[in-house]
Order: sequence, then structure tokens, then C-alpha cells
Amino acid sequence: MTQESQPNATLLRTALYPCHLATDARMVDFGGWEMPIQYRGILAEHAAVRSAVGVFDLSHMGRLYARGADALAVAQWLTTNDVSRLAPGRAQYSLFCAEDGRILDDVIVYNLDPEILIVVNASNRLKLLAWIEQQRSVGLAGLDVQIHDATLETAMIGFQGPESARLLQEIAGAPLDDLRYYAAVSTTVSGRTALIGRTGYTGEDGFEVIVSAADGSWLWDLLLEERGGVQPLACGLGARDTLRLEMGMALYGHEIDETRNPYEAGLGRVVRLQKGEFSGRPALTEISERGLERKLVGFELTAGGVPRQGYPIVAGGEHVGEVTSGNVSPSLNKPIGMAYVPVASADIGSEIGVEIRGRQIGARVVPLPFYEHRTRKSATSQSSRG
Amino acid sequence: MDPTDRRYTVEHEWVKLEGDTAVVGITNFAQDQLGDVVYVELPKVGDRVESMKPFGVIESVKTASDLFAPVSGTITEVNPRLVDEPQIVNDAPYEAGWLIRVQPDNTSDVDQLLSADQYGEHLASS
Repeated sequence: MTQESQPNATLLRTALYPCHLATDARMVDFGGWEMPIQYRGILAEHAAVRSAVGVFDLSHMGRLYARGADALAVAQWLTTNDVSRLAPGRAQYSLFCAEDGRILDDVIVYNLDPEILIVVNASNRLKLLAWIEQQRSVGLAGLDVQIHDATLETAMIGFQGPESARLLQEIAGAPLDDLRYYAAVSTTVSGRTALIGRTGYTGEDGFEVIVSAADGSWLWDLLLEERGGVQPLACGLGARDTLRLEMGMALYGHEIDETRNPYEAGLGRVVRLQKGEFSGRPALTEISERGLERKLVGFELTAGGVPRQGYPIVAGGEHVGEVTSGNVSPSLNKPIGMAYVPVASADIGSEIGVEIRGRQIGARVVPLPFYEHRTRKSATSQSSRG
Repeated sequence: MDPTDRRYTVEHEWVKLEGDTAVVGITNFAQDQLGDVVYVELPKVGDRVESMKPFGVIESVKTASDLFAPVSGTITEVNPRLVDEPQIVNDAPYEAGWLIRVQPDNTSDVDQLLSADQYGEHLASS
């Protein structure tokens, strides 16, 4: 038995930090922030999101606004998905890629006409701010844009689960029936200004709500109130991770990072090579034409064990890849994971092995997601979010 | 306070003598730190365990952690319920959630371990 390390004093704290202390959250260092990994327990929190509703502090995620006459063109250069197809009030999953096609981050781009909001991973916020400044002398030269980092002056809370729409509608200032998956509306919650997006990272119907930092604790407490016979449960990063894993969604630092390209990560659908010039396009074009050597797959263990990041993947007696994420799926009650494997071992049904503490455990490649999407109109959505 | 009918290690295992065998588990503090237990990897009946050496691994949703043997001896029983219900370690760490039963080389070794009072002091000071 070893105890987890305690976060140190140099970490950033969200506006909801006092709420976490008051609810006995267990805090950890995540991407430079002191964040709750769990409250009541990861399995209980996971179950609440699958069966009712869970509430997540997402304020650590970066919220970057692009403002100015050329905000759309700036987002078009910086990201791989096609912003010209992004109607006002809609959002899209996308990537930042470097010149050589490496993934700098996965993001959600919101068209909040006239401004653009880009929600980025906490650990990549400062890197991307520096990257954007650097791009001013490249693809952004001559464009009229101001980048505003609103991360510290706002709070973002996830409200996720099959009961989320019914409960949130009681306090939301806009009809949520009209809000499609990957759409957002500037409105109010209980009379206070809020941006409500129908987005999430759980595979369930749900929302992500942005308010001022000053209103953060107020909104947190409000969303946790029992409503319509349902008691929402505070959820930490632990449940967020098991929920997204069941959906086969990439997490930066696990499935994707600066050593991976979008195609091998299964994210080619958000790289729009035909949209015009953008950062990484020549390299990504070449990668897409060259074909893949390795590929991200989902797998299930065929015997007991818990696959975890970094464990070797074995095929034909050789180490051929490694696990990027794994756990015992709380919804399916079996060990699942994702891994990069050579294309020859990537077909559904392929038999591979996972080396756990020196022992090889059998595994089989299975389709992603592991668990059925229940997001709104998910069949036409642009799933996945890091 | 933790039960006074058994002894403890600084690695947060407990051991309780029942006749000439010793039952081993993890403490309430340990299960709370781990969070939801999802898998326990244990040796087989007849295998040897050595005092303060790892004998298995306990895995929660969050993390994997080594289990250390409180005493040296031979395993006589492994808790069969852990295969399908690993969460009993969280629910009842001192009773139904026991891990292994050991035939100690020397039953008196158990007396060298921490008492419940001493283990409580260890927790308070760490």
C-alpha cells in the first residue's frame, strides 16, 4: 500500500475550489491544477452519470476567445476541422496540429458569432497561447484578431446524464429542446448570464455551462440541488476518465500527444484537407496518402487483470505497441483498454496480448465505443472530446 | 479505532491469528485510500509468502498497489469471493474482505507487528 501524493502549493485552483473542500473531495494535481479526483467514489459517480446526472468542475479547461474581424479565419488556420461549415451557435470537435502533423491538442471550437470560443485541455493552455502568438508571423499574418484567455475569469461546469435536460430546463433561460448536440446558446441560468453547450465527454446526453468565475460556486451548488426527484452527484476526474474510456474517446497525454498524428489516432474525420490552407496541412496530406503503420484500437482482456497506460502489447511473441488507457469498465464490468498496435493486428477480432507485471494476458481487438452512445442525435454527431 | 484482535503493518495490512493459521487483509485506511477495488491478484494455495515482501497486487479504479505479507509462511486459502466481488474489500475490509490465509512459519512473528494503538499512532504521524 502506498499513499497518493498530495498536491503542492504552486497549483492553480478553480473558482469552485471552496466547494470541493466543503464536499470532502479528494484533490490531485491534474495538468497544473488542483482538482477533485473523486467525492463519494468513482464507481458511484460513474453510475450516477449513466443512470441519472453527474456534475463536474471543468473550469481547469482552457477557454480561449478569438475576437476581431478575422476570428473565423484564425480558427480555420489553427484547427483541422472546417470552421466554414460551423454555423453560428454550433460547435465542432477539432485538433491543433503542428507543421509536421503532430497533434498539439484536441479542442472544441464554438461559433459564438461574432466571436469564436476554443476550449482546450488544461495542460496545453499555455502551450497553445504561445503557439498562437508564433502563428501570427505565419498563417495568421495580417489577420485582425485578439486572443483572450478567459480561463481564470470564468467557471465551466459539466451537467451530464440522461436526466440532465429535464433538470437543467427548470432553471435554464432557453428551451433546451431546441439545442442540438454540439450546439450552444448564450442565455441565463436562474437569471444569471450563462453559455450552455450541449457537449460532453461521457457518451450521455449532457451540457457544459460557462459562467463568470464569481458565479461559479453559486452554479455548482444550484446544479447539485435535488430537482424533480433526482439528486445530482458531484463527480471527479476519476469518473470522467472511466466514462470517456467506455466511449473510446481520446484523452490528451494518453491516446494523443505530440508523437501521434490524427489518422493513427482514428481522428481523420476531423481533418478537412479540402478546406484550404491550415497549420499542418501539407504534412497531414502526405500522412493520409502514405497510409498507416499503427492504429489506435479498443481491446478487451480475455482473462482477469487491469490494463493501464504504458503496459506493452504483445503479438507474435514481440512487443508491438502499448496500452494508452485501460481500466475495469464500470458499466460493462470487464477489463477494457485502448492501445496502438500495428495495422496487421488492428482488425476487429485480432488476438493480442497485454503484458501485466511480466505476465502476458490475452486480449481481443473490439469495436469502439465499448458502450453505446446515448448523446442526443448521436448518430449524426461529431463525437469525442478531450 | 481499528479492531484490537489483530496486528498491523506500516504498509496497512492486518493479520489475525485463528488457531494456527493467520488471516491477512488490508486496513480500513488502505481501502479508503485506494477507492473502489476492481481486481485483486493473489498467489495460489501452497505458495510461499515472505515477511514484508510483496505477495500480490490490489487494483482500484485509480491505481495498482502492492500487497505486503505481514509474516512468512505458506498460503492455505485464498478468499474465493474476491474474483467476482472485489468490492467486498471496500465494504468489509476486516471481515468478508480478507485476502489470504497463511500457515505462518512462526506464529509468534505476529506479536512483533503493530498493535491497533500503535497502528493508529502510525496513521496519525504519517
